[in-house]
Amino acid sequence: MANKLIRDMGLPASITAVFTARNITNAKDALSLTEFELMELLGVGLKDVSLAVDHISKMVSPPRQTALSLMQQHIRNERLGGHLPTRLKGLDEALCGGIPFGVLTELVGPAGIGKTQFCFMLSILASLPESFGGLDGQVVYIDLEFKFSSKRLIEIGAKNFPEVFCMKEMAQKMAGRILVFRPQSLSEFTESLQQIKMSLLTRQVKLLIIDSMAALVSGDSEQGNPKQNSLGWHISFLKSIAEFSRVPIVVTNQVRSHNSDQTSLYSFQGGKGKDMEDDSRYDSHLVAALGINWAHSVTVRLILDSKSGQKFIKVAKSPMSPPLGFPFHVTSSGISLLDENGVELMGPEISRIHNQGHRIFSNLVDESML
Amino acid sequence: MEVGRLPISAAQKGKLISAGYTTLSSISSLSPTLLSRDLNISETDALEIIKHASLGGTMDDCSSSRAIIGAQTAWDVLHEEESATRITTSSVDLDHILGGGISCCEVTEIGKITALTSLIQLAVNVQIPVHCGGLGGKAIYIDTEGSFMVERVLQIAQACAVEMSTSYASSHNSLPPSHILMQPEDILENIIYFRVCSYTEQIALVNYLDKFISEHREVKLVIIDSITFHFRQDFDDLALRTRLLGGMALKLMKLAKKFVLAVVLLNQVTTKYTEGSFQLSLALGDSWSHACTNRIILYWNCDERYAYIDKSPSLRSTSAPYAVTSSGIRNSVSKCQQILRTQAT
Repeated sequence: MANKLIRDMGLPASITAVFTARNITNAKDALSLTEFELMELLGVGLKDVSLAVDHISKMVSPPRQTALSLMQQHIRNERLGGHLPTRLKGLDEALCGGIPFGVLTELVGPAGIGKTQFCFMLSILASLPESFGGLDGQVVYIDLEFKFSSKRLIEIGAKNFPEVFCMKEMAQKMAGRILVFRPQSLSEFTESLQQIKMSLLTRQVKLLIIDSMAALVSGDSEQGNPKQNSLGWHISFLKSIAEFSRVPIVVTNQVRSHNSDQTSLYSFQGGKGKDMEDDSRYDSHLVAALGINWAHSVTVRLILDSKSGQKFIKVAKSPMSPPLGFPFHVTSSGISLLDENGVELMGPEISRIHNQGHRIFSNLVDESML
Repeated sequence: MEVGRLPISAAQKGKLISAGYTTLSSISSLSPTLLSRDLNISETDALEIIKHASLGGTMDDCSSSRAIIGAQTAWDVLHEEESATRITTSSVDLDHILGGGISCCEVTEIGKITALTSLIQLAVNVQIPVHCGGLGGKAIYIDTEGSFMVERVLQIAQACAVEMSTSYASSHNSLPPSHILMQPEDILENIIYFRVCSYTEQIALVNYLDKFISEHREVKLVIIDSITFHFRQDFDDLALRTRLLGGMALKLMKLAKKFVLAVVLLNQVTTKYTEGSFQLSLALGDSWSHACTNRIILYWNCDERYAYIDKSPSLRSTSAPYAVTSSGIRNSVSKCQQILRTQAT
């Protein structure tokens, strides 16, 4: 509503004329100035300016809702209570039913841990007919790392839902619902997002996956600020389309190594943090590739990592779940949890990313993944 | 001639006019010394003239303690401060360092990557009825990031409703009558939610709040989650950003004072390069950090969550542990804290 035109707001004609004459056409222009700047620019008294600003503000303000009306809306409009179940029982419980609609969910982890497998699984679940507990919709899969494999996708589908995928035409139908898109550059990606927006709003698409967000920027920028700024627009765009279409958006993120822990401290913490720093941390201290600005905009962050040979899914950031970690392994049928209850992790352990004891030879199943 | 209206002696009036001072505004901006030299009168007389001129020639007898219209004495302010109500955080330790909770009449900034639970807890706690020691108010929740989770609100509201009825039962030795009991649905109903999608809307809404709250006086808490988001994306003109944020902060402070309500802002965390290393700090820069009255930073220490008072005109800069449970913010109950307590006693 920021671009709402001032002449359509029902202000007195004389005031509207003054605004138009000074080329202040929409609410954004008017509200970006202080009242005194407006007085100076328009040559109108303080009283008129305040009245006009109050009126414009009222017109532009978003509508009022209550938490109760929001909840009723969600219950009324959405199947499965607004969550896409991952079929990983413990994880679903921790997330109140699965991947939430309308927000960004991020998967972070080192290469080869199973992020893409997780995405494959979610694509299948979203495309399944409602009778099988799916969302019965299309999936847009933006593959920026060129790792999408239809063969693997159908394999996972066939193992988990043999009754659906064994019928040839059904398998074709399911796979036909997953639209894979491979932009080559940031600008192409930006363009595709605009198109995706339309199809999301028409409600055919029930899930958007971006694998991976970090691949976009890691190629063509050095470090630090340019990385953040170039994604600023995408972040707010993705968030807003997630919300207006109430579609779950799943994004993967890479990791990069990090040489010191200083950034995780505030200045007032001083040396306190140093005491708890142990040597083991230097082994493989990894952080999510996209920085803190990006971390703010995801609502749920799942970390996939491995510690002494065991892989874990950790609910690192979630407004509804306690910090839980679930051991998992990757098999031919996708990802499965080894323990439904999960382990409650204390302190910053939950957001640490380990990559230790990568057992290359011990696990045959691992080999077929990536 | 304006000078003629001044309640001063005719001789002084004559001197004023002959020295060329005919309008009140020409006098009121002068220094007494200058005026006394120009008119060849004593400085005391000059001061008297300036005083009258500043008051616009009207001679009303204002007491000496109220020399400036709209000002209060520190004594009055003290009364106001003492009567100011506070919103409990549900954690005794946090309330302790905050002097009883989040203060009404003040703008408090919270810094954390995500503090949804703490914010919702406040939105629920502000509704605790007066007979249970609360404020019995309503909350406005302004969501700029789209991270509001109704499921979580319901969880916390349910826990709060249960706690209120058990505390009533234990103090009155009977089950609470149904009409004073708060249902989770009522709590949800009393959280007014605005979804803001651009910084223009954010400014507009803050402007509009004044009118909205004057129509809904029961609002005792305004939460903005987060103040930062729209101002960090796609904003090239940093000078404009600072100006807009400054204006918004002023309006929020005015709201807090005018309607005796608490304003809580969430700010994002960023890294800042100081003294050769990167450190965490709150976003929006140094000029913004002056905008809020209180600033609380939530962080991890060892295996515990801590709240640290980074800035406050009245509270000691200290930290306290707290815990986030499925029913909301609670006291932390780990060994680490017990040790601290024994040390303190």
